[in-house]
Amino acid sequence: MRPTSITSCEEAIRVLAEHLDHELGGRLEAELNAHLETCRSCCSRAEFERELKARIRDLGAEPVDHGVADRVHALLRSFADSPTP
Amino acid sequence: MSMATEAVRSSAQHEWFADEVQALLPKLYGAAVKLCRDRTNAEDLVAEALTRAWAKLPTLADRGTFQGWLFRILTNVYISQYRAARVRPEEESLGVDAEDFSIFERIHQPILLWWGNPEQEFFDALLRTDLQAALDSLPEPYRSAVVLVDVYELSYRDAGAALDVPVGTVRSRLSRGRALMQKHLWQYAGPGRGPVQGKGERE
Repeated sequence: MRPTSITSCEEAIRVLAEHLDHELGGRLEAELNAHLETCRSCCSRAEFERELKARIRDLGAEPVDHGVADRVHALLRSFADSPTP
Repeated sequence: MSMATEAVRSSAQHEWFADEVQALLPKLYGAAVKLCRDRTNAEDLVAEALTRAWAKLPTLADRGTFQGWLFRILTNVYISQYRAARVRPEEESLGVDAEDFSIFERIHQPILLWWGNPEQEFFDALLRTDLQAALDSLPEPYRSAVVLVDVYELSYRDAGAALDVPVGTVRSRLSRGRALMQKHLWQYAGPGRGPVQGKGERE
């Protein structure tokens, strides 16, 4: 459960993921930012989790092999002949 | 509107749709592979999602939201066709013991080390294949949540809409999913994986 305010490292860590996901906002966001400016350990943790999140995000695109590309091209061409959506 | 005008509009609409899809295809196919964990099913999933998207195109109010809209359709098709075919796991019964697992807590040194930085060393040794394996290891429903939010950067609200669950459920699935991923990475790619191997040997 979300803490109502950030007064300790434990409470900061509990809302850190939402902060990194840009989902926190409001007073908790301001209190967490203030905590991160003064706590070396939590700041390091935030940097670590941010880097790991970025690495996971980079998994996004997948090389599209010729078979998939050809099938999609054929599908898109077939839409041109289908009734106007 | 005359038939000729309609034909021109339809042609322009088709051209726009095809261009957008071509540009998004690596990401769209990537999402399908991550959801299905199988390239053949992923190919079918993309084809079905594109067919539905073309049919529903008139309902897209703002073309600027095309990517999110298309990913939502892809996720809906995945849920209805692939996940529904399996027994839906009860989240409480999965026995997840990794709720709080944190690699950082295991490697961080509170005192600055003059001889190295354990966090940076972890990232230096971390391969894309390690992350892919950790993501693939996640059971549903955690994998969908992590794929949508961490890989495709959907908001909790949009991920909840795509998965048809409340925002609070997205939040808890993410928390468990990320902890499970970190536990997997720790076991297979972290300092605890055993004898250190060179990058070339692991690829």
